[in-house]
Amino acid sequence: MARTIDLVVNGTRHTVAADPNRTLLSVLRDELDLTGSKYGCGEGQCGACTVMIDGVAARSCQTGAAAVAGRRITTIEGLEQHGRLHPLQEAFLEIGAMQCGYCTPGMIVSGAALLAKNSNPSEEEIVSALEGNLCRCGTYPRILAAVRLAASKMKRSAA
Amino acid sequence: MSYEPERYELMAGPAYNFSFGRRGFFKALGGGIVVVSFLAKSEAQESGGGRGRFGHPLPQQIAAWLHIDAKGAVIVYTGKVEVGQNSRTSLTQAAAEELGAPAGAIELVMGDTARTPFDMGTFGSMTTPQMVPQIRRAAAAAREILGPGAWETLDFANADKKLASGVTTSGHPKPTSEWKVLGTSVPKVHGRQIVTGAHRYASDMKRPGMLYGRVLRPERFDAQLVSADTSAAQAMPDVTVVHDGDFTGVAAPTPHAAQLALAAIKPQWTSPETQWSSKTLFTELKRNVEAGREPDAGFIEKGLAEAARKHESTYTIAYIAHAPLEPRAAVAEWNGDKLTVWTGTQRPFGVQSELAQAFHIPESNVRVMMPDTGAAYGGKHTGEAAIEAARLAKAAGKPVKIVWTREEEFTWAYFRPAGVIEVRSGVTDGRIVAWEFHNYNSGASGLNTMYDIPHKREEFHPTKYPLRQGSYRGLAATANHFARESHMDELAALSQIEPLEFRLRNLKDERFRAVLQAAAERFGWGKRKAGAGIGYGIAGGFEKGSYVATCAELHCESGQAPRIVRVVEAFECGAILNPDMLKNQVEGAVVQGLGGALFEAIEFENGRILDARFSKYRVPRFRDVPKIEVVLIDRKDLAPAGAGETPIMTLAPAVANAIYSVTGERIRSMPLSRRAPAGSTVSGAPAI
Repeated sequence: MARTIDLVVNGTRHTVAADPNRTLLSVLRDELDLTGSKYGCGEGQCGACTVMIDGVAARSCQTGAAAVAGRRITTIEGLEQHGRLHPLQEAFLEIGAMQCGYCTPGMIVSGAALLAKNSNPSEEEIVSALEGNLCRCGTYPRILAAVRLAASKMKRSAA
Repeated sequence: MSYEPERYELMAGPAYNFSFGRRGFFKALGGGIVVVSFLAKSEAQESGGGRGRFGHPLPQQIAAWLHIDAKGAVIVYTGKVEVGQNSRTSLTQAAAEELGAPAGAIELVMGDTARTPFDMGTFGSMTTPQMVPQIRRAAAAAREILGPGAWETLDFANADKKLASGVTTSGHPKPTSEWKVLGTSVPKVHGRQIVTGAHRYASDMKRPGMLYGRVLRPERFDAQLVSADTSAAQAMPDVTVVHDGDFTGVAAPTPHAAQLALAAIKPQWTSPETQWSSKTLFTELKRNVEAGREPDAGFIEKGLAEAARKHESTYTIAYIAHAPLEPRAAVAEWNGDKLTVWTGTQRPFGVQSELAQAFHIPESNVRVMMPDTGAAYGGKHTGEAAIEAARLAKAAGKPVKIVWTREEEFTWAYFRPAGVIEVRSGVTDGRIVAWEFHNYNSGASGLNTMYDIPHKREEFHPTKYPLRQGSYRGLAATANHFARESHMDELAALSQIEPLEFRLRNLKDERFRAVLQAAAERFGWGKRKAGAGIGYGIAGGFEKGSYVATCAELHCESGQAPRIVRVVEAFECGAILNPDMLKNQVEGAVVQGLGGALFEAIEFENGRILDARFSKYRVPRFRDVPKIEVVLIDRKDLAPAGAGETPIMTLAPAVANAIYSVTGERIRSMPLSRRAPAGSTVSGAPAI
């Protein structure tokens, strides 16, 4: 009987086979069918696979699934709450901060993790948080604008 | 309307020649497998380009293009595909405009060979000039049949019957002055699916019972397989191994199991000794010219002889990779001898044809669908992943998904062609009197100067080449504009005339002058002098019906790579369909162009790519991005032209010119921040 592990993804507990070689990205995509997290490079260089682990942005292609058993994993599919988009998702739509959209989930998860711990990030702090995420379509200026817009939206709704 | 594809709009034949278990193929080769030689003639790339459907007129029945149900929901059909250029949105606007329907009532079916009219492919910036008018005609004709009145008040009960006999040629699209939807910044259709991660790219597709495939790649580009021991892989549970012709691959229930099975195959390769490398690339290209210069009859020599000053320079352009963030991916599923494939390609009908050829079945048995894809930039004209997935699925009797690894995408896709460009010119009193321009290998797009010159000679010369090469956003227009607009600056310096003034003196084309002047004005061109580590450069150009001009400011600190801090780009492509999306395209082109201008270069040696990863092949990141200002010139009196390519052309020469303005150093190789490796300059090239 194969050993199993429990993964808590977007608030739901999933029991999956414990294979020491499987990445979190593969379990999310191929087993749980949560395909919002993308494969882009397999070496942690592009950020397309970014998820939050206990609220911190992490590269799921570089994370063993077994290593995050029981931890709180949030994927792009988990940001929308009760039919309401996360303010950063709204901001991406308002600014039109995408072209092909393949990098978008990773960008949004990275940006949401930043905003969760820093509600008023400086330009430099935004760039630092997103520097590991690639957008080959070149929408970087719009992504920065979307993070700034989301920060101001969140500040307003908190006030 | 027919359209002659350019040489580097890659139209390759199928990637594999399967024998389907006919063992004779192997025996005849003594167990060896022939891998396509990448030193093949350039014509090889273009084989199969015809496939009998080029030049066929588009269907004239409205029903081929749109369907309206009893509730007024509209489906529009187009063979064009969405790869991030936002054509799904602009085509939705086109239909909404002419139907008088809300954009939300319209859903586009794109790039589905079973449902959409035949289309050659999404390339050459043709969606806007060809498909937008086609959809507008169809929608206008439909609206004329449905009758007047607000959309909500129309009787849709028998809409489809009414439209059944209608033809698109009867449609009268609205004049630009009456546009209400076109010309406005309608937000991206399906944007919500993207920001929630709900959109399924080809690599996200899942089918019941689906397996994951991997393919054995040669150890070098022209390696030949001597033998492959697949017994260990075959012994693995639930693993399918296929060894057919020049194809060896595996399929397994998980990607990890497929990886293990692939690693268990023990191949023996032989590779020829002599190989090209990026170190000697440009010398080799010049040594291997296939079509030399045409006889000139002295015309250009006469022009040069009359010139007060003559000038001669050579420019080089490295191979670069498209590196779309979504690599090649496909899911294939057989039902008897019928094949269904979902794949990310710019040519769904081309891939349908490749599959039919590879599997010896009629095209009507093959359905290719293209989900909106994680970009292409000219790099996804071919159907390798589709054929690989289909071959494995055939053997496994189950659907198979193939997603290329990043290393595979960097190695086994194709590249923007490298090139050598030689320019000779003559100038008298600030007027160019003779212009000779020879492009070796990189391509003919944007070859011809728009400047007003009495003696001209401009030629493209195919050469043998070492890497698989094909189209790339803008094709050779970037290389040709890099050489031309750098050389224009050199002539301006020789003539001691300010670079913008020198261009305008030699330029009659009003639209070209307008973009140069618009960019200069916004930039504040000429207000500050270069120096103290700060440089300014300008460049302009024309291609595929649109005009572009770029001004760049850059900072050069000693011992460091130059940093672009500000870019102003003016762009004019006729009447603007969607201003915000056009701005997005121009900004994106500047950012992507920055990589090729400053640091992107494929390094190769002994049949291997040396930088086939994002940790080695540097692409633009957040920190590289300058302040970008876009000036859009809206010419409502002109038909809209495409905008996906031309805005990428003029960043590199503007930056090269800015470097010269501050350092006095003329860099004639792209990428600019990398000195050409020793031995790479061709004879006669100036030292760099």
